Amino acid sequence: MSIHLQNIGKHFGATRALEPVNLDIHEGELVGLLGPSGSGKTTLLRIIAGLENADRSRETSKILFGERDVTNVHVRDRRIGFVFQHYALFRHMTVYDNVAFGLTVMPRKRRPSSGEIRSRVFRLLEMVKLEHLANRYPAQLSGGQQQRVSLARALAVEPDVLLLDEPFGALDAKVRQELRRWLRHLHDELNFTSVFVTHDQEEALELSDRVVVMSDGRIEQIDSPETLYRVPKNRFVFEFLGDVNHLEGRVRDGVLTCGDAHLNVDLPDGHEELLLRPHEVRLAEAPSAESHLPVTITAISPVGAEVRVELEADWLAKPWLATVRHADFERLALRRGLRLYAHPRQWHRFPEAESKAPEQRHVA
Amino acid sequence: MRRIGDAPAVRRVLISAAVLLSALFLLLPLVAIFAQAFAQGAGVFWANVSNTYTLHAIVLTLGVALLTIPICLVFGVALAWLVTRFSFPGRRLLQTLIDIPFAVSPVVAGLIYLLLYGRNGWMGTWLDSHDIQLMFAWPGILMVTVFVTCPFVARELIPLMQAQGSREEEAAVTLGARGWTMFRRVTLPNIRWALLYGVILTNARAVGEFGAVSVVSGAIRGKTNTLPLHLEQLYQDYNTVGAFACAALLALIALLTLAAKAGLEWRASRREAFA
Repeated sequence: MSIHLQNIGKHFGATRALEPVNLDIHEGELVGLLGPSGSGKTTLLRIIAGLENADRSRETSKILFGERDVTNVHVRDRRIGFVFQHYALFRHMTVYDNVAFGLTVMPRKRRPSSGEIRSRVFRLLEMVKLEHLANRYPAQLSGGQQQRVSLARALAVEPDVLLLDEPFGALDAKVRQELRRWLRHLHDELNFTSVFVTHDQEEALELSDRVVVMSDGRIEQIDSPETLYRVPKNRFVFEFLGDVNHLEGRVRDGVLTCGDAHLNVDLPDGHEELLLRPHEVRLAEAPSAESHLPVTITAISPVGAEVRVELEADWLAKPWLATVRHADFERLALRRGLRLYAHPRQWHRFPEAESKAPEQRHVA
Repeated sequence: MRRIGDAPAVRRVLISAAVLLSALFLLLPLVAIFAQAFAQGAGVFWANVSNTYTLHAIVLTLGVALLTIPICLVFGVALAWLVTRFSFPGRRLLQTLIDIPFAVSPVVAGLIYLLLYGRNGWMGTWLDSHDIQLMFAWPGILMVTVFVTCPFVARELIPLMQAQGSREEEAAVTLGARGWTMFRRVTLPNIRWALLYGVILTNARAVGEFGAVSVVSGAIRGKTNTLPLHLEQLYQDYNTVGAFACAALLALIALLTLAAKAGLEWRASRREAFA
């Protein structure tokens, strides 16, 4: 079921939580709402669910599920599944009763027979691999298990759309990875439309078909993870989606200078701030004709596919982060305290004026 | 390793002080009540208890308590729900107002009711012209008892419902539950122990209330005399055994209440350990 939001805004008292936004989510899509806390992403999700009302002042405000106008439809009749941040399982009910709840509260006409409820609940518990825990109480389960129960509970009523509020926020890193993969798999298999909220950019980029980046009650960009990462629309998106190194200085005659560092740039004279991703910084033993950026290694973290190296220099306000392949790490014999030269492979620039488009340049 | 403040001498002094004080101030009076009640034998005790006036006082007292409990229950749940599930201007003020019956002396509460609903009171003339008598009759006793006891249930529920939040209720609604179903299957099971605890406290106070009731009841023997009032009258009449027989009855109700409360707490703690 597709979701169409038109001119949806929200105030809490005098505070604006959400600027009027428009958003289209296609049938079968898995969309992540990504943003820092206070960006309005949870408010937006709760408005889609009907747990929160959008401002009524706007006549054109509208929420459609497929062709169905649900703007004024109560939560209970919207046919949504909602997975809460801390699961919100019914603490006095067993796992079985939790999952069965949505089926047992249906009006008598639509309610399945008790035998059918039983088989449906066990089918769901099997799907989330918890059938052996059907008689346990929520407090007897681990966080990951509780999360799976809450998913099964939400799916039991066969919702048109599945909404998840920070679904993996309270779990440890390993379980989170596993559940993420599992949710992606489940989504592809059952093909429902889902929207989830997260503040974790990695989670959003890995899980979503498209990501909605939000800040300060506004939608900053809606795109596929790849486009989002490669072609960020503005500085906020660029900075929020990963680590960023700043290079600030004054340009004169095509050379940006900052203390004893300088870099050839093809830009008009004036103050400039360039941004670089850690993987766009190359380390070498000597400066080049293009750049002279002396740095000192202050920390090394060799965990993962690449080595993360922290760099400092007197011309830098904040340390830089560079990622180096393990092979290069060994070849350069990197160690703390070593003095090297940084070479940008590429840099990004986001002009202050909104009218000007962001720029990316490769360095020769 | 010894924990701070856990010296043997300190422990011994504290424990003996606690035991001594409890015995002196709690246990001894209780024993004295029963000793006095049975001072002239079980026969005299029984004669006093089965006396028409005493029996009437017992019935009136228990009747008022029985009516008070459901009223306070509904009021308390509604109020706790309102205060913890909605935000509206004046919410804090309302939470403070709940405590008024605790803050005001019961005698003052009784006087206010007399002033409002008594024959010469603000509403008295109207009530009188419609032949409704509230003061110096059982409805008046019920009204002041409700006033005095109404905060108990709400006071028990509010902190619990605040701590639990409304997430489970929201979950129930997203799963299609209607209001009453949600309340019956999600809210009520979560608050039932606090609710029962509130009821026990309400009952204890309703049975034992003296000050407010004494102002509005008129203490007519066999008509508007509750057990505490009856007790006082017997005592004033120098019928010590009779007075202490009533006192023993009240003490018995109190003990039963305490036992029920202890039982509930025990069950609740077992449930917590289990769930």
